[in-house]
Amino acid sequence: MLRRDPIKSVLLGTGLVLGLTAGSMAQSADDTIKVGVLHSLSGTMAISETTLKDTVLMLVDEQNKKGGLLGKNLEAVVVDPASDWPLFAEKARELLTQDKVAVVFGCWTSVSRKSVLPVFEELNGLLFYPVQYEGEESSKNVFYTGAAPNQQAIPAVDYLKNELGVERWVLAGTDYVYPRTTNKILEAYLKQNGVAEEDIMINYTPFGHSDWQSIVSDIKRFGSEGKKTAVVSTINGDANVPFYKELGNQGVSAEDIPVIAFSVGEEELSGIDTKPLVGHLAAWNYFMSVDDPANSSFIETWHGFTKNDKRVTNDPMEAHKIGFDLWVQAVEKAGTTDPDAVQAAIIGLETKNLTGGTAKMLPNHHITKPVLIGEIQEDGQFAVVWSTEEEVPGDAWSDFLEGSKDLTADWTPPVMCGNFNTVTKTCLGAQAQ
Amino acid sequence: MPMNPTCRSRRFPHLGGLGLVFGVLILMMLPLGSMADEIDAALIDLSDRSFEVKQAAVDVIAAGGDPRAGTLLEALLGGNLYARESDRRPVLVAPSPGGYRLTDALDGSDLGEVERGAVKKITINNRMRNQLRTAIAALTLASPDPEIRLKAAQQMLGDANPIVVEAIRDQLGREDDQRVRDYLDLSLALASLRDEAPAARLAAVNALSGSLYPAARNALTKLLSDEPDPEVRAAAERSLAAIEQKLKLNAAAETLFFGLSLGSVLVLAAIGLAITFGVMGVINMAHGELIMIGAYTTYLVQQAMPGFLDYSLFVAIPAAFVVAGLLGVLIERSVIRFLYGRPLETLLATFGISLILQQLVRTTISAQNVAVQNPSWMSGALQINPALALTYNRLYILIFALMVFVALLLILKRTALGLQVRAVAQNRAMARSMGVRSARVDALTFGLGAGVAGVAGVALSQLTNVGPNMGQAYIIDSFMVVVFGGVGNLWGTLVAGLTLGVANKLMEPWAGAVLAKILVLVFIILFIQKRPRGLFPQRGRAADG
Amino acid sequence: MGVASVMRGDRGGQAMLAVLLVVAVVVPILNLMVPESSPWHVSTYTVTLLGKYLTYALLAVAVDLVWGYLGILSLGHAAFFGLGGYAMGMYLMRQIGDRGVYGHPVLPDFMVFLNWSELPWFWQGFDLFWFAALMAILVPGTLAFIFGYLAFRSRVTGVYLSIMTQALTYALMLAFFRNEMGFGGNNGLTDFKDILGFDLKSDATRIGLFLASAGALALGYLACRWIVTSRLGRVAVAIRDAEARTRFIGYRVDRVKLAIFTFSAMLAGVAGALYVPQVGIINPGEFSPLNSIELVIWVAIGGRATLYGAVIGAILVNYGKTYFTGAFPEAWLFALGALFVIVTLFLPKGIAGLVGMIRTWRRSRSPAESAAEAAP
Repeated sequence: MLRRDPIKSVLLGTGLVLGLTAGSMAQSADDTIKVGVLHSLSGTMAISETTLKDTVLMLVDEQNKKGGLLGKNLEAVVVDPASDWPLFAEKARELLTQDKVAVVFGCWTSVSRKSVLPVFEELNGLLFYPVQYEGEESSKNVFYTGAAPNQQAIPAVDYLKNELGVERWVLAGTDYVYPRTTNKILEAYLKQNGVAEEDIMINYTPFGHSDWQSIVSDIKRFGSEGKKTAVVSTINGDANVPFYKELGNQGVSAEDIPVIAFSVGEEELSGIDTKPLVGHLAAWNYFMSVDDPANSSFIETWHGFTKNDKRVTNDPMEAHKIGFDLWVQAVEKAGTTDPDAVQAAIIGLETKNLTGGTAKMLPNHHITKPVLIGEIQEDGQFAVVWSTEEEVPGDAWSDFLEGSKDLTADWTPPVMCGNFNTVTKTCLGAQAQ
Repeated sequence: MPMNPTCRSRRFPHLGGLGLVFGVLILMMLPLGSMADEIDAALIDLSDRSFEVKQAAVDVIAAGGDPRAGTLLEALLGGNLYARESDRRPVLVAPSPGGYRLTDALDGSDLGEVERGAVKKITINNRMRNQLRTAIAALTLASPDPEIRLKAAQQMLGDANPIVVEAIRDQLGREDDQRVRDYLDLSLALASLRDEAPAARLAAVNALSGSLYPAARNALTKLLSDEPDPEVRAAAERSLAAIEQKLKLNAAAETLFFGLSLGSVLVLAAIGLAITFGVMGVINMAHGELIMIGAYTTYLVQQAMPGFLDYSLFVAIPAAFVVAGLLGVLIERSVIRFLYGRPLETLLATFGISLILQQLVRTTISAQNVAVQNPSWMSGALQINPALALTYNRLYILIFALMVFVALLLILKRTALGLQVRAVAQNRAMARSMGVRSARVDALTFGLGAGVAGVAGVALSQLTNVGPNMGQAYIIDSFMVVVFGGVGNLWGTLVAGLTLGVANKLMEPWAGAVLAKILVLVFIILFIQKRPRGLFPQRGRAADG
Repeated sequence: MGVASVMRGDRGGQAMLAVLLVVAVVVPILNLMVPESSPWHVSTYTVTLLGKYLTYALLAVAVDLVWGYLGILSLGHAAFFGLGGYAMGMYLMRQIGDRGVYGHPVLPDFMVFLNWSELPWFWQGFDLFWFAALMAILVPGTLAFIFGYLAFRSRVTGVYLSIMTQALTYALMLAFFRNEMGFGGNNGLTDFKDILGFDLKSDATRIGLFLASAGALALGYLACRWIVTSRLGRVAVAIRDAEARTRFIGYRVDRVKLAIFTFSAMLAGVAGALYVPQVGIINPGEFSPLNSIELVIWVAIGGRATLYGAVIGAILVNYGKTYFTGAFPEAWLFALGALFVIVTLFLPKGIAGLVGMIRTWRRSRSPAESAAEAAP
């Protein structure tokens, strides 16, 4: 037997544990401003999120070329939350407390945002969230640069109804909160507009659903009853490819039953054989194909940065670009990266959209956005067929949901509340205490 | 906050399909010469930015009656029409060494070679596609080619415009192709449903009895809502009942096909595992990634032979087998051979390998999905009747799954290698003492299983996403199929996969996709309690391994 | 039967418990007493992280109990962990009360915006801590009991059993993903405010949860030691090594298996219940079959059938994950994957076995020295 002093081994073990904890502490240098990047680089969401990580790195790079911010260089801190939702919260805490970042750009799924939300509120950090989402939220610490339902779903349905004469609706989605909420809002909206119950079909499928035979056949049957039918799709990422393939193979063309998608952009199309999809629609606030000098230069920078001129740009990338510009402006205006000062300074600031017009940060921490509807082309790009004439302000709380129709968000004094009940004039929830 | 009060649309007023056909037929009767200028202007308008202007231009061109207008509109519909930047004249392009070789879209004259930047594709939208199809149908109903007439007749089915009906009646008089006649007859019957005379309606109703075209069913349903004549009503109800009856049968056949198709995917995904796990006892968590490698091989093969898409799969299948098979041999030689007799530890090591393979693809190719294209023969559907169509990709994959199964069965049962594989699986020590080189057999067996997984990847790439995570979607289902069927039994895997597929599809209509899957899992769990070694249990000593 | 007797002969375990004790004393002091500017300060982030590792360690011990000593490779222990977590999550959800974003006095936010009108029956009672705590143990226990009763009675063994446990957790994952189930669907339960009246955001509460996790790990460890050193444990090992023979001797194999399996599931439930308030979210992803596989790997890396090895493995792998996902976000999966392969190939007994391997190696190198060592 080894004669090992038991006390020594305990000390050794304790030292190891403490050593591990000390090792995870990064030294923060004072001569840079740190920008956290919280996007999954592995796991299921890596498909969408790695591009956004590269986008933030590019934006930081560009800003440094312009001389940095407040006389300091920006430094991106990238972590990988690995599509694991609790890990998002842990990594957010790491970025805020260990790396001491001034701002975080990150998250894609709603659940990841919900997971980090308490962390950002507790530690008073800043999060820019770039993806279209279900609304029903407005946090002091989060800026929502993607579309709220009224900036994507409702205009899309209006387009189908008015321009294509659609009378029957299939609301198909992946079973999670964004499609659930969006479809609830749309259902209420359609019924208000006189659509009968039996003319709406709602269908939910699990994540990554790959066998669409029965559902497409149901849609086909539903659409063959004489009235013009359209599918409003909130189907998430991966499940789209087999869905569109099945549509194409079962002979459902865009002329018969158009599908309008809220989660299919250029990035997703780059992984699809687009031939059978031509003519189907998507509603976004940005398309790569929009002819605008700002857009062309953005695409050029992107191609230069990734050293790949085949890489596409998409809507959440523009949202990050807008968020980043607004943050930079707010920091310059406030003269500091202090979260409270930046929060106060950013409201009302404006920056150019890549597709023309301006994005303005509203008191409810959402921004104004144009709504564009595009048709899928054979080259994987969208041709814009319709757009709003002016920007639509993002609405945090839907007017079409029972629980939230009386709520608004306003992060300017004197209200300073994310869920303010306009009837009872009270701030609800935790902020009331 | 009010929901979006400011959004007003840029409207595109548009002549509907009916109006268009109407216009075409009237304008056809006018003298042609005066319209040449108008058509020239319209040709330029085709490359306008506004879809509204483009649509008006299409109307003019279609109405011009130029015999080549049909070709031009076809090219526009097919996305093959470009506009020359210099004068915006619509042209057809063919790639040439210097860029593009241009042909005038209307008169077919050669316009010489230009650089790629000198022409721009004319884009169309959803509405224009519909408009174009109807316009082409109107222009081609009298075409000498029966195939073209058939397409036109299909496109015009159910169109109630009196002028269209007149044109159909005209065409019917001289039509000699039976298939086209059927469509024209149907169109006329549908039109007669709105006839003043009850007798004409009655005849039409009876003609539509049992017709599986959705248009027939919808027209009858509509008729029933406001038909005054009791006799016609009764006949319509009978006709409709006959239709519903037939539709039910077709729906049942369709569900069965869906189930078998889902089952064939499960079988394909699982059959490689039936060898590595079932025969060799390796809990191969990297099985899904071997499928993924096969799918990526398909992608790379397609990239390497861009002009031969239709043949790419025939190259991809052997290529995927070799790539995944060699990878399998490598995995076996470098890791698994040290772990025989410790099946649970193969789980850990292969899980590690699966992580490495995923990340390898992510870093060397891309974290994004890649686009694997479908050859033309994999697209579309085999139309059995108007209510039942079997999609080609599913059909071929079903057949392919059976072929792979038979091939494997033959290898295992009829070849020397198969004999050795079974010998080693049943009693390694005994097999060795009989002179079987077990190390070589192990490597080849694992390679075979891995290769088959790769081949499955080729098939799956035609159905779903190809990305770094695709393997994980299949690994659990594959294990379920193998265990349900009985480890070590290929027949079990086949029967289990098909059974689970059909059961899933039978439940899906009333339970929904998620609940159906949960129920199938619960069923497997309970079934294994009843038969702890699956559907086809292996007997004898090996079963205790 | 005292602590001393169950720990006799378990030197690794003794050291582990001692380290645990020291860490449990030192970390709170360094967190609460030492000012933040000092290099000796342990941040709250670290405390929460350590707390999370400890709950993972407890889970790993539960897995090692059934895998190492009973020979059942459960690929579904994450299910029991998740169920315990959900029970605690439901309690924490009810504690939010009217502080949700809609200010509804009873219903959690996700129910309000999916138009639920009243609390479903299975949410009743979860406003009481003792009830939720009981459920965190009973629900996983009951599920394990029913599953085990069916499986062990019909003698489902080996890989069949492993795959069935995987089916179980997979089915649960799909079920909890469904929004109709009333557990918040994909988002799960989150945005917790306080536990037993203590604010979850305060450092003191976090320390409290950290200490509770350490305590649970110590107690769980002792309980498992007690089982494996008891007669029951010896029968379990006999079953692991020769199930048929044990049955022929006359032991009720299915009952032994059922008892230990159920106990292990309850332990996993406790771990889950402690995990949730520290990470702040519970969602169906916890039921993912891959999670279950991963935790088997922790045990394998630490060293199967040693119990303390499971603790080492869980902490080490998770620390590696935390570190590498931050330091090498692009390449960490290579490292993790390679680690799994290398450990299975070269360290079949895991890290706990490493000590023994080094010892053997040294002994073979200098027989004289080892003989001298063996003398006293």
